[in-house]
Amino acid sequence: MVAGVRVTHNTHPRITTVTCSQDGNHIMLVEGIKSRPIYHPLEPKPGSRHLFVADAEGAQAILELASKTPEGFWDKARILFIPSSSAGKGYEDRLQELINFPLYVGPTIAAAIPRLTKELADAHMGTQIYMAGTEGLIGQAMMVALEAGVDQGSIQREHRGSEARRVQCVHCKGITEDVTTQPVKCSHCGLMLLVRDHYSRRIGAFQGVCIDAEQPGTAPEPEEAFL
Amino acid sequence: MITKSADKTPKIDVEVTHIQQVSDIIKRFTFTPIDGAPLPVFGGGAHIVVEMLDGEILRRNPYSLVSKPGSTDNYQISVRRDDVGRGGSLYMHNTLNVGDRLRVSHPVNLFHIDRRARKHLLIAGGIGITPFLAMMAELEDESANFELHLSARTDGAFLDELRGLYGSKGSFYRDDHNEVIPLNEILTGQPLGTHVYVCGPNGMLEWILRTAEAAGWPSQNVHYERFLAPPTGLPYEVNLATSAITVKVGGHQSMLEAIEAAGVDAPYLCRGGACGQCETRVVSYDGELLHNDHFLTDEEHASGTKIMPCVSRFQGRELVLER
Repeated sequence: MVAGVRVTHNTHPRITTVTCSQDGNHIMLVEGIKSRPIYHPLEPKPGSRHLFVADAEGAQAILELASKTPEGFWDKARILFIPSSSAGKGYEDRLQELINFPLYVGPTIAAAIPRLTKELADAHMGTQIYMAGTEGLIGQAMMVALEAGVDQGSIQREHRGSEARRVQCVHCKGITEDVTTQPVKCSHCGLMLLVRDHYSRRIGAFQGVCIDAEQPGTAPEPEEAFL
Repeated sequence: MITKSADKTPKIDVEVTHIQQVSDIIKRFTFTPIDGAPLPVFGGGAHIVVEMLDGEILRRNPYSLVSKPGSTDNYQISVRRDDVGRGGSLYMHNTLNVGDRLRVSHPVNLFHIDRRARKHLLIAGGIGITPFLAMMAELEDESANFELHLSARTDGAFLDELRGLYGSKGSFYRDDHNEVIPLNEILTGQPLGTHVYVCGPNGMLEWILRTAEAAGWPSQNVHYERFLAPPTGLPYEVNLATSAITVKVGGHQSMLEAIEAAGVDAPYLCRGGACGQCETRVVSYDGELLHNDHFLTDEEHASGTKIMPCVSRFQGRELVLER
């Protein structure tokens, strides 16, 4: 497996999106879809400020980073944290212990986005941005950061916790959050959607395409695929 | 007229229609197309390669275009006289006259404006101002947010013109007054989404790149253009395996120039070790490859399998290239 590359294996034979081929001494996993985001463990970088955005188990990535950071690093850090669910419980005190600045705790990702937008609007060059947690959080935080003029390659992103996906129905354009099954019923128009690896940075979501368009009603039973 | 051109890069025949003395060591040349057809459009940061037949030597030197982007009736370049260089700038300054004819390449841009930037920070040293003259004209036209910091020897070239054109957007530092660019303050005070563009002598460039990295500037936001004239050295020979000939490279000649002089068509764009276009495979060598480019990685340099003949040299018994 290629280091740091996350590959999704779908159980349904019709919807396998990953192929393997032999390349010299190691197996190369070839993904057909290049837009699938790639995540790496967070690393400390030099900067005048360090801005963290995390949800749920993303807190664990920040706590693990603390063992690698140089002197004075956390004095310049701010953390926006969204516990989200039971998965994010119990981290708030430990995160607050790292930093001097008050920890921001958001009830939902949507509630935290205006705060992130404001932090970025006030930020200067030299600010390092770190994101950790679910793909839904990372995708939506990335949309805000790109809008603020930050190059995507300069933002560190580490996926932690649930594999649940944020999915856009390509037919009605509605977004369904926290998708764990394959296929999934669009929460807006009700079509059964095949969740693809095709990812939109602009809307921070995977694309969902009607799976039984030719013969409506023949969609396979949803199976848990993104846990 | 120049007829010795071996390569197939598109060229334009031009006449020198104006020469302006900008300072004691800088001249601005205006080239107008002989056939009167509109010139190819270029963007800020682009350069052309100027072919000069200097006696028996065919020189091809890249110069940034300093005229206004979008103008198609003439091209302008500014050339600093280098009394100890290889002779191209001396030819331009001392031999070229209004009415002379030359051949220039189509424009190539390896140093363009990044349109995603929220703000553009331009830092130049001396004649490194040239790519920014066209860039600033373009940014000003677009009402883009930018600022210039120019460090120069004295109060000479371009300063009056720049003060008039850009007023408070420009900050100027004179070496003869011991004024130094307050780099740390400038870099740390920029809003998120700023891109920096640097052009100047190597020491200045290294200083800015190092300082920006330490200040937490991501590499994606840092753009630079190095001036690298082909370094001189000892003469040597190179065997071109595909062409089945041996070429002598003179001490003041680059390997690329020697290959071209032998009538072999070799690709190139920047002629300064930056773009990678002239990359050539090394078949074998017995000696030392003197890499001077900043295109190949350290690993590629160490591998001994590739060389950039526009700026790199060789010292030793035998070098065989796939060309």
